[in-house]
Amino acid sequence: MNLKQAFKMAIKSIMASKMRTFLTMLGIIIGVCAVIVLVSVVQGSTGSISDSIESLGANSISVSFTGRNSTKYVTYEEMQEFQSENAEYISYVVPMMSGMGRVKYDSSNITVSVTGTNEDYLSVKNREVTSGRFINGIDIEKRRKVAVIGSYNVQELFGFEDPINKQIKINNEIFTVVGVLNEISDSEEMSEDNVIIIPYTSGRLIFRTNRIRSYTVWASTAENVETATDMVNNFLYSKFKDEDEYNVVSVASMMDALDEITGMMALLTAGIAGISLVVGGIGIMNIMLVSVTERTREIGIRKAIGAKRSSILSQFLIESALVSCMGGVVGIILSIIGTSILGNAMSINAFPSVFVMLGAFAFSAVIGIFFGWAPANKAAKLNPIDALHAE
Amino acid sequence: MEKETQSNSEYIVEIRDMYKIYKMGDNEVRALNGVNLKIRPHEFVAIIGPSGSGKSTLMNMIGCLDTPTSGEYYIDGHEASTLKEDEQAAIRNKEIGFIFQQYNLLQKLSVEENVELPLIYAGVPAAKRKEMTKIALERVGLYDRRHHKPTELSGGQQQRASIARALAARPPIILADEPTGALDSKTGTEVLSMLKELHQEGKTVILITHDNRIAHEAERIVRIMDGEIVFDSLVDGDKSQVNV
Repeated sequence: MNLKQAFKMAIKSIMASKMRTFLTMLGIIIGVCAVIVLVSVVQGSTGSISDSIESLGANSISVSFTGRNSTKYVTYEEMQEFQSENAEYISYVVPMMSGMGRVKYDSSNITVSVTGTNEDYLSVKNREVTSGRFINGIDIEKRRKVAVIGSYNVQELFGFEDPINKQIKINNEIFTVVGVLNEISDSEEMSEDNVIIIPYTSGRLIFRTNRIRSYTVWASTAENVETATDMVNNFLYSKFKDEDEYNVVSVASMMDALDEITGMMALLTAGIAGISLVVGGIGIMNIMLVSVTERTREIGIRKAIGAKRSSILSQFLIESALVSCMGGVVGIILSIIGTSILGNAMSINAFPSVFVMLGAFAFSAVIGIFFGWAPANKAAKLNPIDALHAE
Repeated sequence: MEKETQSNSEYIVEIRDMYKIYKMGDNEVRALNGVNLKIRPHEFVAIIGPSGSGKSTLMNMIGCLDTPTSGEYYIDGHEASTLKEDEQAAIRNKEIGFIFQQYNLLQKLSVEENVELPLIYAGVPAAKRKEMTKIALERVGLYDRRHHKPTELSGGQQQRASIARALAARPPIILADEPTGALDSKTGTEVLSMLKELHQEGKTVILITHDNRIAHEAERIVRIMDGEIVFDSLVDGDKSQVNV
C-alpha cells in the first residue's frame, strides 16, 4: 500500500470520529498557539525597545566626563581637533550641555530642559526646524543669545502667536527665538518636544560652567561605529589617563546587550511553552492508544485480507501526524489572532514571523510522529487471530 | 521471494503431519495432533467438528493466519509453514478470500470501499481497482448499494458484501468460517447457494462449520475431533456416513 492510500485511509478515520479528533488536537492547538504568541510578544516588545534605541541613531556614540578629578578636562577645541584628525571615521563631535531653565514669556512661566549645543545637533539627532532656522556657526562665534524651541513650548508660551523673533527669558537672561523644532512626540510635556536649544557658548549663563561634560560623537557609517568607539576611548584615555574619568557608550553596544537578553528571554518562553506542546503530544499518544484498542477488530480484519505490518504502521502513524499537523495549523491561525489582539493592547508589533510559524508547524508534525509511534507499533504488531476475536 | 516448494502441485492445499501444541504451565494442549489433509483445486470441502475440536486452529493454519509447531503446509505451491508475518499477509491477500461469521466489514467505510480493500493492499492501481470492485459487486448483486455503509444493510446483504470482498482480488480459494451462523435460514440458504455457484465457477471452497446439514451441502466432508482428522469422505467413503 503506497503513501497516498495510507493518507486517504488516515483522513477517512479522522473524519469518522470528528469530535474525538478535535479533542485530541486541543492539546496541540493550545501548545502551538501558546508558543507562537509568547515568542512573538517577546520579540515584539523587544522590537519596540530596539526601535527606541535605534532612533538615537545607529552611528551615535555617547561620551560623558564624570568630572571626578576637577583638574583634568578635555576642551571643545581638543575634541574638534580629534574629530578632524579622524574625519574618515568620525563625522561630528557635538557638545551636549544640559540644565533646567525657568522660561518666561509674557505671563507664561514654565520650567524647561535646556540644551547647549552646536550647529551639528540636527544631524546627530535626526531632527529639523519647521519654521525659522537652527543655530549656526555665527551664533556660536558671536555668542548670540538665540534659542530654538520645541512644539510643546510653542503651545505653552505662545499659544497661537508666531514665536519667531520674539524674546523670552531663560533664567532671567533674554534670548531671541529663531526657530521651532519639528514635532516628534505629540508635543507632550515629558517628550522630546519640550526642549530649548541654545548655542553652547551662551550656555555659561544658564549652566554656570564653561565645561562641556557631555558629547554625542557621530560615526561616519554604522559599520565604523566599533572603530570610532575604540578611537574615542583611546583618545580620552590619552588625555585623562584614567578610565573612571569618562564614559563611552555606543548605541551598537546597547543593541548587542539587548539582543543577548532578548535571545535568552525568547528561548526561555519557547521552552516553557514547548513543555505544553509535549503535554499535547502525550495527549495524542493516549488517544491513539485508546484508538488502537478500540479498533483491534478492524486491524485484525485488515491483516486478514492482506495488510502488512508496515501498512498498519503507516496508517496509524500518518493519522497521528495528521491530527497533530491539523492542530498545528489551527494553533497558528489562533496565534495570529491572539498576537493581533495582544499587540494592539500592548502597542507593539507582535505579528509572528514566518520562521516561527514554520517552526511551530514542523514541531507539531514531529510531535505527532514521535508520540504516535508507540501506538502505531502496537497496532502493527497485533496478532490477527486474537485481533479478530476482539470485541 | 518464493521458497522452494517440495509440494505436490496437484494440490492447492496440502497439510503434512501438522502439530500445534500449546504449553500451559505443566500441561500441554494439542490443538492439532498430527493432521494430514490434501485438497485439490476446484473442490468444495466442509470441515466439521464440535467446538474445541481444533477446527478453528485448522482453519487458521489453512488461512495462513498461524504457524504450526511442526509439520508442513503448502498453499497453491507456496511453502507456508515457516513464513514471516508479512509474507503470510501477502499470501492471504493473493490466495485466500475470507468470509467470516460476523461479516467483519469495516463499519466506517462504504460497501465499495470495503470490497476494494484487498485490492489496495495488493497494490492494484486505482482504475483497475474500480473495475475489479464493480465486477465483484455485480456478482453478488450489490452494485447499486455500493455507497451504503454496512449498518444500512441487512444481515444477508452484509454477508454478500463480505463475499464480494472475498472475490475482489480473484483468489483461487474461498475460506468461509460459519458463513450462515448469524443469518436466518432463508438468507443462510441464499448464501450457501452463492457459495455453490462460486464453486461451479471454479473456486476452491473450504467451509468450516459445526452444523451437519450445512456440511452436507459440500462435495466432501472432513471431520475433525480432538485435533485429529477422524473422517474424510474422500478417503473413507461417502459423506452420508457422517452423523451429528
